[in-house]
Amino acid sequence: MNPQLRSKYEVVIGIECHVQLATKTKLFCSCGNDARDAEPNTLVCEVCMGMPGALPVLNKHAVELALRLGIALNAEYKLPYHMKFDRKNYFYPDSPKGYQITQFDEPVVPNGFIEFPVDGKMTRIGITRAHLEGDAGKLTHPEGANYSLVDLNRAETPLVEIVSEPDMRSAAEAKAYAQELYNIVRYAAVSDANLYYGNMRFDVNVSVRPVGQAEFGTRSETKNLNSFKAIERAVEYEVRRQIVLVEGGDKVKQETRGWNDDKLETYSMRSKEDADEYRYFPEPDLPPIIVTKAMVTAAAAELSLLPADLRKQLATAKLPAAESEVLVADPVAAGIWHQVALENPAEARFALNWLIGDRIKLEETKQQPLAQSQITSLPLALVGSMVREGKLSSSNAKILLEHLWGDDTGANEVAAKLGLIQQSDEGELGKIIDSVLLEQAKIVDDYKSGNERAFGALVGAAMKASKGQGNPQLFTKLLKQKLS
Amino acid sequence: MAKFTLSGPIADLVEQVTSGQVSATQLVQTALDRIAETEDYHAILELNRYALADAQAVDARVAAGEKLPLAGIPFAAKDNFLTLGTHTTAASHILETFTAPYEGPAIARLKAAGAVLVAKTNQDAFGHGGSTENSDFGPTKNAHDPSRVPGGSSGGSTTAVALGQVCFAIGTDTGGSIRQPSSLSGVVGLKVTYGLVPRTGVIAMASSTDTIGPMTNSVADAGMVLDVLAGRDASDATSIERNAGSYRIEADTLADDLDGVKIGLIKEYLGEGLDAEVKAKLLAFVDSLKSRGATVETVSIPATERALAAYYILVPAEISSNLARYDGIRYGHSAAAAANLEETYFMSRDQGFGAEAKRRIMIGTYVLSSGYYDAYYKRAQKVRTKLVEEFDDAFAKYDYLVGPAAPTAAFPLGSKSGDPLAMYLEDVMTVAVSLVGAPAVVVPFASVGDGLPVGLQIIGRQKLEGALLQVAAAVELAAAAGGQK
Repeated sequence: MNPQLRSKYEVVIGIECHVQLATKTKLFCSCGNDARDAEPNTLVCEVCMGMPGALPVLNKHAVELALRLGIALNAEYKLPYHMKFDRKNYFYPDSPKGYQITQFDEPVVPNGFIEFPVDGKMTRIGITRAHLEGDAGKLTHPEGANYSLVDLNRAETPLVEIVSEPDMRSAAEAKAYAQELYNIVRYAAVSDANLYYGNMRFDVNVSVRPVGQAEFGTRSETKNLNSFKAIERAVEYEVRRQIVLVEGGDKVKQETRGWNDDKLETYSMRSKEDADEYRYFPEPDLPPIIVTKAMVTAAAAELSLLPADLRKQLATAKLPAAESEVLVADPVAAGIWHQVALENPAEARFALNWLIGDRIKLEETKQQPLAQSQITSLPLALVGSMVREGKLSSSNAKILLEHLWGDDTGANEVAAKLGLIQQSDEGELGKIIDSVLLEQAKIVDDYKSGNERAFGALVGAAMKASKGQGNPQLFTKLLKQKLS
Repeated sequence: MAKFTLSGPIADLVEQVTSGQVSATQLVQTALDRIAETEDYHAILELNRYALADAQAVDARVAAGEKLPLAGIPFAAKDNFLTLGTHTTAASHILETFTAPYEGPAIARLKAAGAVLVAKTNQDAFGHGGSTENSDFGPTKNAHDPSRVPGGSSGGSTTAVALGQVCFAIGTDTGGSIRQPSSLSGVVGLKVTYGLVPRTGVIAMASSTDTIGPMTNSVADAGMVLDVLAGRDASDATSIERNAGSYRIEADTLADDLDGVKIGLIKEYLGEGLDAEVKAKLLAFVDSLKSRGATVETVSIPATERALAAYYILVPAEISSNLARYDGIRYGHSAAAAANLEETYFMSRDQGFGAEAKRRIMIGTYVLSSGYYDAYYKRAQKVRTKLVEEFDDAFAKYDYLVGPAAPTAAFPLGSKSGDPLAMYLEDVMTVAVSLVGAPAVVVPFASVGDGLPVGLQIIGRQKLEGALLQVAAAVELAAAAGGQK
């Protein structure tokens, strides 16, 4: 699109994000919450099938996780805080009760915000609210069949829906916001956060308005995006589509749209011209919950680290922003780095380099994620200090960490066993040089007669004589002294 | 085989079963015989075909030395209780084919206590009505006059007890569905504090006022059954802990007088609409309680005038939502001719629900719609809050509040069935207590006309069912003595 035309419009974006909580059981019954490998309709009971007389019983852990997420989203809890559940009434075969239990006006997470860098600039996006609700079941429509199939394994699995303020102004901001939610959800460890399995799904509301206009344009809602790339592309597509519509004198329709990842375009699903009529009312089967200070304190205690804290720590350590963001997006590595920086700040740089560099390759060769390895902050810091103190060469550090990946014996022992320790005793190294000078008299002569390359050969001979354990810098220094 | 009556005190029958004088099997056979003799009353929708086998199992438990508080006692359950081995229809076509996959704590507790489910009783479909004429399977007849209604919605249960088909029946009271038919059928009916008996396994009408309770021949029997039913269950988040101690009325602790009991007679229940003979007899009877040591004063609870209107907003709102699951997809009636999803919904629900269910779904849907919610639902909730305050005020001055449970004695079949509003007025004396959540018991105290029974409604403080039943037993004695000491 012509950038001049584009610059006439301001883009307004709000995002709703569904997060599936990592509870053991569903939100209102004791059926298992992980339906990934289950046969259809095997994780069901009278409650999540909507049988007559079945009543919901709230999963306490789901409330704890939602509160933890609320704190991570900087929610303003005025304690004691009153939350309740409501019924959202609608008919659909994936909704076995004919209503969804959700939270209408007293959600588990009141207003908050998150902050994150976009193109190096800190950006704050408001969180309107986040509420707990039971998921719907899954419908499949077999090709050519005159029926559809309902699988209620997913019915009533616990979701938190995070609703943002319409604060985003570009596709890049929308993408970065979604990524930051993804970070926060993983740091808070409230969800498996597997995008492929739909543990996080994003609905993106987009509208455009002429620059300077106060009121929002009519928005479209593109539903069920599950990758950051798709969010960015869907926003860009919607912006172009809407500007073309407005420029052509047409109106943007308020509607729900879907995203076609093959054609890279959004498509109309259903009109939202008529306001939704969900006949919300308080859920009489679940008593309201008073969130107390003790509950919030307990939830906060489960939060060890958040991306915002880590960014501050990285900035204090004066580490480059681009590499820092790579670490921020990597919660397990970030947790290890955080500990290193806290306990051994001198090794922070070494730890960062390894965590975003060699460690990625190791995960591939070992076919195992960092979290399952034996590498914690302690061995990593120790290896860093060995390098800094000259006991270990950089290349031997890499080899040592590869061995420590599956071995918790201790960095010093393993390094010694593998003979990776650098010999840095000048007396010992001096003796080796003396014998090299005797044995390699011809090369010494070469060097003395002006062949500079012969010096390297002498260092190499010294290294060989030390079985590779001599500190090459020290060999160089000592050789120069002796030959001068 | 000796001829038994099932109308005697449950405690006596339990004693006879426990001591081996009578078997559970004999009691259940007696119940089945009596049901067969009196089947024209149509109190029963379906027999439990395993009843005799269940009774034999109880006999085996008794023989093994188990002490069972309701050993061998035959009972019936309103058809909105999910029960294994029978259909569970709530007297609605939409669930005509439904068999339950589980039972809730109420049924489970009774069975564990040695009671034997003999039959499922008729009701107004889903509990919608005050005469049992809204049953999709035909009305039940009054045990005292088969040309009249038994009241409703638990009319099948009250009739089964009044006819001696079973020793007791359990039912649900959402706005009077135990109390009003108990008054019209001449039995004792107990509506418990909201939550005292877990609602799990009972087809919901209005979740915020649904309660479960017994209908019996005496107050003492009600105490025996409540003692088994009461108490929290983890499957119902709104259920509450029972009080320490027993709800039974032991003969040696029963006071036959009402010394120092402060009774408030609710003024608003004595106005227009109350049958003149009922009113006269009720005033005379309540006045006679003074001779047993009670103080009686008239008390005004002004918000009760708005209770019926509030009830018929809040309850249909919940009904419209609670009935949404009957959609023809997973269980129950599904229209065979439906060609697509929308037709499945429309046709299944149109064919399956009766007129009254449809009416309440419409009302409930309307009052919850955006633009109407504040005007109806929210204002009705305010009335509910006001009622709670006014009942609290009244209970600050009085131990018990009393009044009629229905405006009239049993009325002729068909006389109100064409007039939904007249039928709604049947609930006018019971709905306020439901909205407040307090316990109340109905005790027969007189008969009017050609021997039609009328009951006195005694309302107690929240959770104090034990004391309420003690006073009700004293009132029962007063009634037996003809109001004279």
